[in-house]
Amino acid sequence: MARMIGAEMFFETLIEEGIDVIFGLPGGYVLKVYDVMPKFEGKIKHVLARHEQGATHMADGYARASGKPGVVLCTSGPAATNTVTGIATAQMDSSPIVVFTGQVPLPYLGSDAFQEADHIGITRPCTKHNYLVRKAKDLPKTMKEAFYIASSGRPSPVLVDMPKDVILEEDELVIPKEISLRGYKPPTKGDPNQIQKAVDMILKSKRPIIFGGGGLIHSNAREELIEFAHRLEVPVTSTLMGLGAYPQDDPLYVHMLGMHGSYAANMAVHSSDLVISIGARFDDRATGGNFDEFSPDAEIIHIDIDPSTIDKNIVVHCPILGDAKLVLQQLLEALPSKIDLAGRKEWLAQINEWDEKHPMSYNQTGDKVLTTYVIDTLSKVTEDDAIIVSDVGQHQMWVAQFYKFNYPRTHITSGGLGTMGFGFPAAMGAKFACPDKQVVCVCGDGSFQMNMQELATAVEHKMDLKILLLNNRHHGMVRQWQTMFFEGNYSASYFEVLPDFVMLAESFGAKGIRADKPEQVEATLKEGLSTEGVVLMEIMVDCEELVYPMIAPGGAMNDMILGAVDVA
Amino acid sequence: MRHTISLFVDNESGVLSRVAGLFSARGFNIESLNVAETLDPDTSRITLVTTGDDFIIEQVIKRFNNMVNVIWVDDLTEETRVEREMILIRVEAKQATRAEILRMADIFRAKVIDVGAESYTLELTGDKEKVNAFMELLEPMGIKEIARTGTVAMKRDAKKSNTGEDKE
Repeated sequence: MARMIGAEMFFETLIEEGIDVIFGLPGGYVLKVYDVMPKFEGKIKHVLARHEQGATHMADGYARASGKPGVVLCTSGPAATNTVTGIATAQMDSSPIVVFTGQVPLPYLGSDAFQEADHIGITRPCTKHNYLVRKAKDLPKTMKEAFYIASSGRPSPVLVDMPKDVILEEDELVIPKEISLRGYKPPTKGDPNQIQKAVDMILKSKRPIIFGGGGLIHSNAREELIEFAHRLEVPVTSTLMGLGAYPQDDPLYVHMLGMHGSYAANMAVHSSDLVISIGARFDDRATGGNFDEFSPDAEIIHIDIDPSTIDKNIVVHCPILGDAKLVLQQLLEALPSKIDLAGRKEWLAQINEWDEKHPMSYNQTGDKVLTTYVIDTLSKVTEDDAIIVSDVGQHQMWVAQFYKFNYPRTHITSGGLGTMGFGFPAAMGAKFACPDKQVVCVCGDGSFQMNMQELATAVEHKMDLKILLLNNRHHGMVRQWQTMFFEGNYSASYFEVLPDFVMLAESFGAKGIRADKPEQVEATLKEGLSTEGVVLMEIMVDCEELVYPMIAPGGAMNDMILGAVDVA
Repeated sequence: MRHTISLFVDNESGVLSRVAGLFSARGFNIESLNVAETLDPDTSRITLVTTGDDFIIEQVIKRFNNMVNVIWVDDLTEETRVEREMILIRVEAKQATRAEILRMADIFRAKVIDVGAESYTLELTGDKEKVNAFMELLEPMGIKEIARTGTVAMKRDAKKSNTGEDKE
């Protein structure tokens, strides 16, 4: 057995776990880890972020694009507290990240030492689990457990706190092969009785719909989902997190549902007699928030790996605990070879009629550029084949509405926590995970300002990364709510001062280009996307454009505001 | 409704605050919380008493089940069970009331564990109602201080139910 210090064990275990990139920043109590890092050069790449929040979103973007856990390394106190927003973001969207923080030496714990904070206490509510390591020889086992917990069951963040004396302590390196945690046994397959019950409900149903969520992507259930939908001719709608799980060009696809979902999707869910929810948690943004009036005529099958999501918002008739992919396989096996699909035509025709009545559309006329037009153009220019990482705000909803996502892990966004500033660092993480893919960060002027310091990191790593910055000089979604619900009182939503984003990009060593007329949009996108390196494409857009359709907060799914004419 | 929840957890630092944190995050109060090592020194048993509607309690129990350090959790509310708590009471004992206090202690099968010039300290075990009743009776004498453990609970043995001293 090799003897080494905790800091070396840290890297040995990462390598054993197959980790090849970590995102972080050095600092006092973690300096010994950075001191030994050069010994592992070539095996582990360290990405020096400019802020720990940036590092955490990078790890998150990496995890979402690759399906592998993203790793963060930073020091104690302010560094650890800077990661909290990133951890909570990953927690809400079930993204597997493992955050390693330095900590004051064990004898100093609780003494209010320099850069001390209670990392375990602070991150307890926003992690799946967290650890304080007390001996160097426990570090590899703890790390193995952390990676196992983060990436199994419902994926989530885990934090490992490493006191300085543990990092310095020398001991024998023992990396366990197996992990056994008696209090942690995530479900895998669904209960056969519930599977049979679900099959009976599905065969009986006349107006079924699949309500697909992010869990489909985490469990790589694409093929099973397509086969399931096709064999039963069940239409498929998607939550924001589920976009890409099912091909959007498939005739059974009914587009996104929810607060800014399509009219057809929301009407279909509302009118359905059977909602088959797979890997979705009935979030208020996906259901409109009026849980009492959700799908009043429908029975509900809820397939989820997390038992605490069952009956949380919506009372379920048939819960199936398990991994979406495995449960879909079980359902496919349990289906009879001949299925009577009479009546399905009528249901699908009805959905088509809704779609034709109120399609997702925009009307680009006049001199002002509409963001919807820009996103639609982006979808065409990239041939729907890029990884799009959107930030949070109006543009995020327009990306969800107008970009055509046909593959899992191509749409990355902060859904649950709605973290502005997520997009750009997460796009960098996605690019590290998928260097051969075109990665485009779509952001607003408000959200980009929240983590724009990471331009330096992107340029430093010579990334081929594109930023589409839609500048309307406003917190656009705030302005929209002020228009619709606060009688146009635009309090603090306008930016008096903004940087010149093109010059800003140039000052970091990136390339910046700008367009402010509709006729320039396509050429600007083409130029930006085909230029090597970090390119910021700023498009000046109309601040008065609103995201429609919309369910007002707390509304029912059939109670939609379809356009400006409906606003009182 | 009042719920008595029993949890077996890893005997590690931080586990109790994870459990309690589930309640504070939702703004719920815990009526009592009792924790001590079990026969296996690596595990602790937590007895938690709280009030909430069935929906909320069900959610909380599901979240407990998700916790890595929780080995199992059981809502004992609907079970036949034994519940006890212990209380220490220091009560003013003047010449005129000393005999009366001892008589009441005798009736309730409380023990006198400390005698002072002006006070008795009594120890009593029983369910919540018995403890409350004892305190009410001592109230007029002047209770100076109390320390209650909160409830500990266990399922009854199905085969040997209703046989022990729990009929007190």
